[in-house]
Amino acid sequence: MQPMTTEQIRVLIARGKMKDTIFQALGIICLAIGLLVIFLLVGDMLMRGLDRLNIEFFTEFASRRAHQSGILSAWVGTILVMFVTAMAAVPLGVAAGIYLEEYAKRNWVTDIIEINITNLAAVPSIVYGLLALGIFVYTFGFGQSILSAGLTLALLILPIVIVSTREAIRSIPAMIREGSMAVGATRWQTCRYHIIPYAMPGILTGVIIGLARAIGETAPIITIGALTFIAFLPPVPFTATGADGVSAGLFDWVMSPFTVMPIQIFNWTSRPDPAFEINAAAAGFVLMGMVLSMNAIAIYLRYRMRKNIKW
Amino acid sequence: MNHAMSANSISDLHQVSDRLAHNAMRHVSERVIEMLLFAAAAVSVLTTVGIVYVLVSESIHFFQNVPIVDFLTDTQWTPLFDDAHYGIMVLISGTLVSSGVALAVAIPMGTVIAIYLSEFANPKVREVAKPVLELLGGIPTIVFGYFALLIVTPLLQTIFPELPGFSLLSAGLVMGIMIVPYIASLSEDAMRAVPMSMREGSYAMGATKLYTAIHVVVPAAISGLAASYILGISRAVGETMILAVAAGMQPNLTWNPMEPAATITSYIVQVALGDLPHGSIGYQTIFAAGLTLLLITLMFNIAGQWLRRRYREAY
Repeated sequence: MQPMTTEQIRVLIARGKMKDTIFQALGIICLAIGLLVIFLLVGDMLMRGLDRLNIEFFTEFASRRAHQSGILSAWVGTILVMFVTAMAAVPLGVAAGIYLEEYAKRNWVTDIIEINITNLAAVPSIVYGLLALGIFVYTFGFGQSILSAGLTLALLILPIVIVSTREAIRSIPAMIREGSMAVGATRWQTCRYHIIPYAMPGILTGVIIGLARAIGETAPIITIGALTFIAFLPPVPFTATGADGVSAGLFDWVMSPFTVMPIQIFNWTSRPDPAFEINAAAAGFVLMGMVLSMNAIAIYLRYRMRKNIKW
Repeated sequence: MNHAMSANSISDLHQVSDRLAHNAMRHVSERVIEMLLFAAAAVSVLTTVGIVYVLVSESIHFFQNVPIVDFLTDTQWTPLFDDAHYGIMVLISGTLVSSGVALAVAIPMGTVIAIYLSEFANPKVREVAKPVLELLGGIPTIVFGYFALLIVTPLLQTIFPELPGFSLLSAGLVMGIMIVPYIASLSEDAMRAVPMSMREGSYAMGATKLYTAIHVVVPAAISGLAASYILGISRAVGETMILAVAAGMQPNLTWNPMEPAATITSYIVQVALGDLPHGSIGYQTIFAAGLTLLLITLMFNIAGQWLRRRYREAY
């Protein structure tokens, strides 16, 4: 091989730098496409749905006439389902995370639980819907209720809550535990008064990300057979519900049929009449607002947390 | 004095025994709490058992009526017609074509973003880009479905005028965009885990950043990249709402992305939207379809774990 002249080496370097620059541009373009999609989506839904985004849209039930339709039953349903989901997923997920980090011995039982959690995260969400259809709806007899939907979504986000709890606990240095044990605290007291409080911001971030995922899930809820057209609200506790004048119990609402935001949007996008597209756009904008603000809170919490680490 | 001392030690003893009794109670409650925590951890295992039980038991009923050979080889899927055919290949073809389109978008884009963020971008850009990607990944799939049907399809129709209103192409493209954040974020983690000394060695030999990224960092992180691609495939195969909204729901044995077609997931949605009686054969088809879906994702996950073990580089 001939030794290269200085000129040739310069050309080679320039070519290499050129390729670097081109690749950087490519990377920025790819990132920009992602950003563009977000803007295009939010912008399009806002432009299309702007006329419908008024008070009546939030206080009216869905209707056959597009311009009179609202999302009252959908947003109420979404909030109630999320409440059930949080009530089930947070205690279970946090307890499982604490068990795996603070209590579990290294044995095959623990290995099975860990492998299982990893694999569950890769199971398609619609399969959870089939699980719920077979178990919650028919075997337990919960029917197509808020309870079935809430529990289904709770199982779906359980891996997210467990993993974020474990990560939050793992970042707490061993000296905190040792200090607590040294003054005679039991393992649970150490968890209760030291581990859980310190891990709280991390756990909260995971819970919010999990709920933001659950709020937009459509497939599992359709699978359990949620109705797409609901023109009533679940019974409010201690108020008379029907003509019989019997008061609803404190938990009657959990067995009520329901609809949620994503199902309402799906229903509107699948209608041939383009007037309903406007409703879908407006409802989509509201849903995006909920999801993005939840994610923003989680990102902010994580940012604060990273800044405030004291040890 | 002697007397006083022994009285003292007796009261000490009482205190100690009180404390011991208290300790025993503490021990019991500790055990109970540990058991409760273990039960919570076991719920995840029960979930898996439940999934397998429901899918397999309903599928067994289904396969008592439909021979498994017909299920795998029939070229029609018309379970709700009088002349019922149960050829799962029809649904699998829709699933594979849409996933193929999605991955053709997501793998190159995700990998380029990952290489850019881990090797080129300065920390400030990374601090901004990662949350943006997370937001993109957090958009509900139903909203992506709306995007595919009402924005991307009309846009594609200006380029391909013969494209129908529902197509695997537009659903697949949007699915690809949806998967980009997962691939980018996992691949970037894998590449950042490659030790700095390997890059420095390459730079010292006069390699450019891009050459180092492609010939040193990517090969070293290949097991992590493979894992991220596998996760992307699982997401694509299991994605439901984008396809249910934008790909049409008519069963169609095709390998052409320009056509509308049903997938395994959109078929399940279609049946669930109807009103099939519990226990009917139509009801059982969705569990057979669900079992097929689970087996496909399981296959990819096992392949992913094998790849990871096969090409793991330890430093």
